[in-house]
Amino acid sequence: MSILSRDEAQALTQRILGMSHADECRVSVGSGLQANTRWADNGVSTSGDSTNDSINVRSSFGRRTGSASTNIVTDLGLQHAVEMSERIARLSPEDREAMPELGPQTYRDVPAFFEGTANLDPNRRADAANVCIETARRGSMTTAGFLTLAAGAQAIANNHGLFAYHKATAFAMTNTVRTQGGTGSGWAGTAHNDWSKARPAELAETAARKAQMSQNAVAIEPGRYTVVLEPTAVANLLGLMVFAMQARGADEGRSFFSKRGGGNKIGEQVADPRVTIASDPWDPDLLASPFAGDGLPNRRITWIENGVVRNLLYDRYWAQQKGVEPTGFPAGLRMTGGDASLEDLIRGTERGVLVTRFWYIRPLDPRTILYTGLTRDGTFLIENGRISHPVKNMRFNESPVTMLNNVEAMGRSIRVSASESSDVGQAVVVPPLRTHDFNFQSVSDAV
Amino acid sequence: MLALDAAKSAGASYADVRVSSAQSQSVASREDRITNMSDSQTFGFGVRVLAGGAWGFAASRDLSRAEVQRVARVAVQQARANRRAMQRPIVLAPVDPVPDGHWAAATRIDPFTIPIEDKAALLLRANAEALKVQGARFVNSSMFFLKDERTFASTEGTFTVQHLVRSLPSMNVTAVASDMSDFQSRDSAEIAPMARGWEHVLEADLVAKAPVWAQEAVQKLGARSVDPGRYDLVLDPSHLWLTIHESIAHPTELDRAMGYEANYAGTSFLAPPRDMIGKFRYGQDLMNIQADRRQEGGLATTGWDDEGVPADQWLLIERGIFKDYQTTREQAPWISDLTGNQRSHGCSYAQNWSDVQFQRMPNVSLLPGEADTTLDDVIGSVERGIYIKGNGAFSIDQQRYNMQFGGQVFWEIRNGRLAGMLKDVTYQARAPEFWNSMDMIGGPRSYYLGGAFNDGKGQPGQSNAVSHGCVPARVRNVAVINTGRQR
Repeated sequence: MSILSRDEAQALTQRILGMSHADECRVSVGSGLQANTRWADNGVSTSGDSTNDSINVRSSFGRRTGSASTNIVTDLGLQHAVEMSERIARLSPEDREAMPELGPQTYRDVPAFFEGTANLDPNRRADAANVCIETARRGSMTTAGFLTLAAGAQAIANNHGLFAYHKATAFAMTNTVRTQGGTGSGWAGTAHNDWSKARPAELAETAARKAQMSQNAVAIEPGRYTVVLEPTAVANLLGLMVFAMQARGADEGRSFFSKRGGGNKIGEQVADPRVTIASDPWDPDLLASPFAGDGLPNRRITWIENGVVRNLLYDRYWAQQKGVEPTGFPAGLRMTGGDASLEDLIRGTERGVLVTRFWYIRPLDPRTILYTGLTRDGTFLIENGRISHPVKNMRFNESPVTMLNNVEAMGRSIRVSASESSDVGQAVVVPPLRTHDFNFQSVSDAV
Repeated sequence: MLALDAAKSAGASYADVRVSSAQSQSVASREDRITNMSDSQTFGFGVRVLAGGAWGFAASRDLSRAEVQRVARVAVQQARANRRAMQRPIVLAPVDPVPDGHWAAATRIDPFTIPIEDKAALLLRANAEALKVQGARFVNSSMFFLKDERTFASTEGTFTVQHLVRSLPSMNVTAVASDMSDFQSRDSAEIAPMARGWEHVLEADLVAKAPVWAQEAVQKLGARSVDPGRYDLVLDPSHLWLTIHESIAHPTELDRAMGYEANYAGTSFLAPPRDMIGKFRYGQDLMNIQADRRQEGGLATTGWDDEGVPADQWLLIERGIFKDYQTTREQAPWISDLTGNQRSHGCSYAQNWSDVQFQRMPNVSLLPGEADTTLDDVIGSVERGIYIKGNGAFSIDQQRYNMQFGGQVFWEIRNGRLAGMLKDVTYQARAPEFWNSMDMIGGPRSYYLGGAFNDGKGQPGQSNAVSHGCVPARVRNVAVINTGRQR
């Protein structure tokens, strides 16, 4: 099974639209391959190649809408999905917030498909795993890791003449090395659309070095610390703030971005003046889809500029209510950084904690975007500009808003594997950060 | 059989194939609007093979003859590729073949036979009831249903067909202060997802309960913010199931203990097995934890697991002492010299046809105490404490030591009585110490089955659906922090 070409996607969506009897119909198609190799205890544990097509049909009669999904791409299967969506639509109550389908749109292609990623077969994946395994073995340590890729196409068409098509690849590779006896653990990871950007040997070395350095960590007293957050740790927290930027929730008074007395915080300073966060599908390190799920073209949008809220997330309905342009969902995220290296940030720290990544991050209080979570796989004390010794992991109860307000220094921005599970997720480009008064609540014995 | 034959001819020493046809339906609403009504179906197959001692897996939605053969060959090619990075050959625990097995979840009313407009109408009625409460400003509610027909066959002669059903009605009510200075939510935490049909929705009775949840959301606005400190906690079963999930069910997964999840879900403090089995004191004598894939209504309940092993029931913790792990066929031999058990406990599961099966937890439950102790008895026994109902934010480290849990609603306990609502409550504990501080539990009549659809593990991440039964419990001297003091 191959990935649908533009012509094939157009033919398929037109075939489905031809079955529709609804006033409005939108067809979304996803097609492609997902493949992965996992390793643990210095050997490949599982792997998988899965090919699938998914079709979603959204039908409306007036203001009544229903949707149905299937992966049965026969006439019968498609017909069933169309009929099911229409049946649900007819049974659905009228929705006063229903928005009409968009007409034809213009999209600028994003060159996000790389043959070198799509062709990463089981042999080449096992070779990459072996780089990590051999490196760990040489140091008498064990590795567990994951290399995953997605190669596919997405298309959207409707009966108002809209047609959108995007083809993309992406991979993520992550590696955890543990020392014998389990007293040290180190992690490194990367993600991109283009496999040629991967540096498996560098990743293997970094994780192994951190594992060795992190052995026999000592506990430090929890409290407020200056922290040097590696880019992955910054990305773990940054997305939480952007996802809280729904304009409607803010306007309804149930968000950090709500203004006391009514309205939202657009135009207000919420972060350090050096903080700028934007989405740009054509950014060569983001390469996100040029359209949103309803066919709305994605564009370059600045969410926070020099610490000031410039945009919140508006869907088409809320944008119309408020008389603004809809934004759709962020098409990748880039936080502008500085020129410093991670080493420079460490050198400039008198006393602080270096964090490799965070884990099990969960919301505590939406009023302040307060989250909890823990450090893991490489946490160190910095004293007088140098890493002095490994420290036990700690639980934080902190808000990304505080992190972005207390910025002391920023390094160069890079693309990271931002999801805790190392799945191919949203593209995120962030700098390492030094930020003060980061709240660690308690010590963890976990290594 | 075509897939198994193709895998064998390509050189597989063992192969299994799972064909799955799953249908799901969801209806979602907010206030007086239906925001989503959708139906989804997915159909496909996955072939897993052992060749040269290594695993390979491939899957496709296309069940044509040529594609089935191609996929089986891809799985074998993968296994061959994986041999170059193999630590040791996989050895599978024995299993008795089941040549013609059939199993279906014990449900009374197929939720897919209920007209979708009835589901929408019920949600809107419940929303209206919630919004009648003064101060309740927003309400979201939804229903989700799934049915999955899974056929499994292996080269060892097993052929089973199983029908899984899952249902979840839910609601969340938000109250906003009149000057927009505060907002508080209450969700329907007591309504667990279950392997039951439409009868679960009827018994959940969102319409009757909506005003209670709405009142509690409003009440939370005016509740006293908790003073941090150490308290005796009374944990309602609608809360405790999640603590069990995170700090007992996960640490007793053998793949974690052996480092197989080190890169994501984490390892376990219950390691190495030889130092733990029969030796580690998890809790006091009243603590018995049962793993069970046969429990009626349980989300992990099944006839056979996803490698053909019959559903099992066994004790993970007996009278406070750790006894055994959760295992698959690959894992059982790793600890058979310690447990004396050569067979798998049947913990293999894949979320979908497109995902490889691996070790996932069964229903893991705290067994009731022998005495007929009630929730009121447990609350009545506490001089100064907090009663926590429903699950809230939860987080635990990658070895399952440091845990932090919130809840839905909190009441102060003074001299054995509920003395007023609290807010901003979260407790922190070290898992082994927490469980050793549990010194009073409810009896059989106070038993409740909670659970979740979204137990995440594995790379790529897969969701397991699992239930956890428990009774009210008293836990002594737990650290409580205030999460609302940062405003």
